[in-house]
Parts: sequence; C-alpha cells; structure tokens
Amino acid sequence: MLIVNAARGLVNFLSAPQYLVTVALVLLIVAINVRAIWTKRGGVVLGIGGVLFFALSYLDPNFNKVATLPDNVPIVGMIFLVGFFFWWAMHNAYENDRRIAEGRPTIEGEDSAQKVFSWPDLVYVELICLVVVMAVMIVWSIFLKAPLEEPANPTDSPNPSKAPWYFLGLQEILVYYDPWMAGVVLPSLIIVGLMAIPYIDTNPKGNGYFTFKERRYEITIFLVGFLVLWCILIVLGTFLRGPNWNFFGPYEFWDINKLVPLNNINLSEIIWIKIFKTGMPGFWLFREIFGLALVVLYMGLLPPILAKTVLRRFYEKMGIVRYLIGVNLALIMLALPIKMYLRWIFNLKYIVNIPEASFNI
Amino acid sequence: MVESQFWKSLFRVGIPNTNRKRVLAMLGNVVLHLHPVKTRKSGVKMRYTWCAGGVTFFLFLVLTFTGLLLMFYYRPTVEYAFVDILDLREQVPFGIMREVHRWGAHAMVITVWIHMFRVFMTGSYKPPREFNWVIGVILLVLTLLLSFTGYLLPWDQLAIWAITVGSNMAAATPLIGIEGPAAGLLKIGDIQLVTSSNDARFALLGGRFVGAGALLRFYVLHCVGIPLVAAFLMAVHFWRVRKDGGISGPV
Ligand code: HEM
Repeated sequence: MLIVNAARGLVNFLSAPQYLVTVALVLLIVAINVRAIWTKRGGVVLGIGGVLFFALSYLDPNFNKVATLPDNVPIVGMIFLVGFFFWWAMHNAYENDRRIAEGRPTIEGEDSAQKVFSWPDLVYVELICLVVVMAVMIVWSIFLKAPLEEPANPTDSPNPSKAPWYFLGLQEILVYYDPWMAGVVLPSLIIVGLMAIPYIDTNPKGNGYFTFKERRYEITIFLVGFLVLWCILIVLGTFLRGPNWNFFGPYEFWDINKLVPLNNINLSEIIWIKIFKTGMPGFWLFREIFGLALVVLYMGLLPPILAKTVLRRFYEKMGIVRYLIGVNLALIMLALPIKMYLRWIFNLKYIVNIPEASFNI
Repeated sequence: MVESQFWKSLFRVGIPNTNRKRVLAMLGNVVLHLHPVKTRKSGVKMRYTWCAGGVTFFLFLVLTFTGLLLMFYYRPTVEYAFVDILDLREQVPFGIMREVHRWGAHAMVITVWIHMFRVFMTGSYKPPREFNWVIGVILLVLTLLLSFTGYLLPWDQLAIWAITVGSNMAAATPLIGIEGPAAGLLKIGDIQLVTSSNDARFALLGGRFVGAGALLRFYVLHCVGIPLVAAFLMAVHFWRVRKDGGISGPV
C-alpha cells in the first residue's frame, strides 16, 4: 500500500503541467534519437508499459471516474493509436536508415519498382479494412452508450465547462494566452502553418518512404508540435483539468473548493514597480515599451540574427522568403512553451498588457 | 449463378481471373475506377499507408449514412432537440445508430490526425503532392468543424456548454469580435461599430449566446453545408492522389 501510494503521489506530481510538458519534451527529443526504443522489443516493452499503466490506473476511483466518461474513452484510444503509429513510423524509419547506410534500397524502394493489379491486391486490403472498421464501430457502439446529460440550461454552467475534447489543447492554451491568441490567432496559424509545410520544406530527400536521419529537423519540429503541443495538451485538458480549470493529478479527487493562489504579474509591473520602483506610467505605449520591444525583437530581429548564425545553412538553402515564413511560424509555435515556462518560473502573466485595446500577449 | 443473365448484367466482366478481366473490373465499376488499374506495390501495403486515409473516408460514409437515419427522428428546435435524442435513446430497442454516429465522429477525428501523421512521416507532401496536402489540411479543418457543429445537436448540458466555450473564442477575434483586441477602437464618433449583435460570435451563433438560432445554424451546417464541401474536397483529394502520380513511393 505504501508503495502504491508513493507511486500515485509521484504520478500526480509529475502530471502537473510544468513537469508533464517538460518530461514530454525531453523524452520525445531524447527518444527519437535512441534506436533501441524503436526496435520490436522496445515497442513491446512500451506497449506493455502503457497497457499496464492504464489497467492499474483504472483501479483508482478518481482516475476511473474521469477516464470512463463516455466522451473521454476515445481519448484513451487516441493515446494508444497515436503511440502505436508513432512507434511504427519510427520503427520503419530506423530500418530504412540502416538500409540506406548499407547502400541497400528502402523497404518501400524494394517494392516501388513493381506495380500490382489493383484488383485484387488493393481492393482486398480495403475490403478487409472496411470490415474491421465496421466491426470495431459496432462492438464499440454496443458496449458504450453515447452520453446524454441533463437538458440544456443556459443559466447553469457546469464547472469545469469544457470544449469538445479535440479542442481541449487550445482551451489549455487559454491558461497562458488570451482568447484572441489561443482561440483565434494560434488556430489560424496552425492551419496556415500546416498548409505551408510543403512549400517551406525544401529537403528533397525522404519523399515517399519512412526515414528519420534524412529529415531529422523537420520531423523533430513536427513531432514537438503534434505530439506535445497538440496531443499531450489535449490529454492534459481532458484528464487533468478539473473545476475552475485547476490542475488535478490523475489519482486526485476533483475538489471544487481547491484553492490555487493566483499571483501572476505582468512584465510591465515587474519592470516599473519591482525594478525601477517608480510606479506605472500612465500612457500605455510608454508603460508597455519593454514588452513590445521584446515581441518586436523576437519576431523581427531574431530571424535575421539566426540567419547569420545558427541557422545560416537553412537560410542559404531556403532563400529569404521561405526562411522568414518558416522561422516566424516556428518562433510562434515556440512562443507557446516559452510563455508556459515564463509563467511557471516567474509567474509572468502578460508580456504586453494593453487593456485599453484588449490587447494582451 | 455466375452464368445467369442477371449476374452477367450486373458484373459484366465475370470473375476477374485473368489480367484482362482485372483491368476491366477496375475500369468498369464507378466506385473502383477511383483507383488506377495498377498500383505501385509499396502503395497497397498497410505497413506504408496504414489505410488511414481510406479508413477516414470510410468513416465519413458511415457517418453520412447513420446521420441520414438520425435526421428522420431529430428536429433542430430548442423544444424538440433534446427529447428527440432522449426518445432515440430510450425507445429504440438495440438502437445503436446514435452511438455509431457519435463514436464514428470521434474516430474520424483521430484517423484524420493519424492519416496526416503518416503523410508527414513518409514525406508524401513533397513535390508533386504539395497541393494535395493543402487540400488535406482543409479537410482536417472541415472534419473538426463537422464534429464541432454536431456536438451541439443533442442540446444537453454537455452540448451547449462545450459550444459556448468554443464559440466564445469567436468573440475574441481581433477587430471583429466584441471582446477582441482593437474592436473597441472601431467607432465613428461615439458609435461603436462592433457590438455583441453584429460581431463574429453573433455571425456564428445567430445570436448573442448559444440559443435557438445557433441550434438551427449548426444543424444546417452540420447536415448540409460542411458535408457537401467536404465531399467535394474529398473528390478533389482522391483525384489529385492519382494525378500526382498515385500513392507516393521512393523515386
Ligand atoms: C477527411 C479527410 C481525409 C480523407 C478522407 C483523406 C483520404 C485520403 C486517401 C484515401 C488517400 C490515399 C492514401 C491513404 O489512404 O493514405 C489520401 C492520400 C493523401 N492525403 Fe488524405 N485524406 C484526408 C485528409 C488529409 C489530411 C488532413 C492531409 C494532410 C494534412 C492529407 C494529405 C494527403 C496526401 C498528401 C496524400 C497523398 C499521400 C501519398 O501519395 O502517399 N489528407 N488521403
């Protein structure tokens, strides 16, 4: 019992946003470079680990309560599916990389010279998929009833009020950014950024087969975005955010009275009050000048500086337009973890705070 | 039976046991002719495509079918919406249409992501398939919007509050949302141009909050508007897969 409680405590502790995101980022970046994880044995160990974790966790009443809400069940499915396909993609990528290093054709390359008749080779594969999907859907639908709660009541808002699960990553971002950023600007930029990928990525290699070595940077950036900033935040928003959007560990009771001290402070307050000790200037432009300067530096000056230094190779390969668009999109994506860490470490609320125009960053 | 007149009128080529017949089987059938007659061997393997795009499309068909059935019983008004769903739930023995529809929608969201993930990991968005990736991204957004608009229809607490949280974001749109940055600065003399009765959220909900207007709007978008656009773009998507040289493979 002691061990169980200690384990629970540890998981609860590590699930707090600051550790969860940090652990996920570090693990991801380390893991994709460790071949052993992507071998069959690595996959089996990870798979068993994952299943065991969930199987044991379901025994915990608090975990069970949240994880068995009908609309949350698919997310458990998503965790395993995305996990499996992540492993599968990397498994094939490492296999191909080894073949390429040995001068042999890739797995896909061995096959690609040949063409087969679509009937029966393709049509049958599709038919099998179709039957399997149908079977899964029917079984799933028989065993899990679709949720229906109390009739809509516009005067009684549940606590917590959550968006549909696939938007909970964005709702989680609301903790760090205002709605205009988390709900409008960032989603728009995710869409634009995704669409821009083929036009920014000029690496001709790795087209039509799994590989990691030939596309290391693209893949790393994409995985950070997709796995950590999208999927992990959804998991966080679904399973670990309770009443008042407070954090609760997976084995913690969702106590509606949980109090979390809010002592977030704006950059302008830190600078004028804590450092200069002068009090806040009245005129907003003057008051927020440091925050605005930081934003301009980050978005405007950082890309050219990087072009001359660390990212020189990319700048020369991509050309100025591609480079600027690509780097700016990447910087905006990076601005999310940056803001998160500023919050966790310095309790920073806004870098720029202009209530006069409802403009906060 | 294979020799009967009826069978022959149905499947003109008969059992595709020769290469010639295999070709004709693919060409002669309106559904199958979406595919090329021959496919690159790497492209038909589950190991490569995961059939994720195919499963997504299949789920879309399942959702269209079950959705159609649900439409027979569901009336998109504040008065009836909830009770109609309740009836479906309580009165239909062994009824699973609503379940298949809801879980299918969740599953489709997940499979679209996995499909996108596969396309990324195989670098299949690289030339000449750049534009099909762009179409794919639009399909991804449409899939999420389909799911989002459908979420409101049961008209229970789960539904209206999830949509309230989501649609409040529209009110934060810069310039055109009442709570968005700079919206307050748009005025002529003393008259505010952006108000809660004409901002982005109002356009989305047909009202200032999630009410009867929103229910009708979401219903129409969910059942007609978005599926039509999505179906059209899927056609383009599949067309482009072929025109861009079939399923990608190493060149
Ligand atoms: C409703 C959503 C979608 C449907 C029904 C769909 C369907 C399909 C199908 C059936 C294929 C054939 C190969 C396969 O199954 O993998 C395909 C290929 C492709 N899809 Fe999608 N797709 C959807 C969304 C997307 C998204 C979100 C993206 C990317 C952002 C995308 C990009 C592509 C590309 C680039 C190909 C060509 C891949 C290759 O040649 O290897 N699609 N899609």
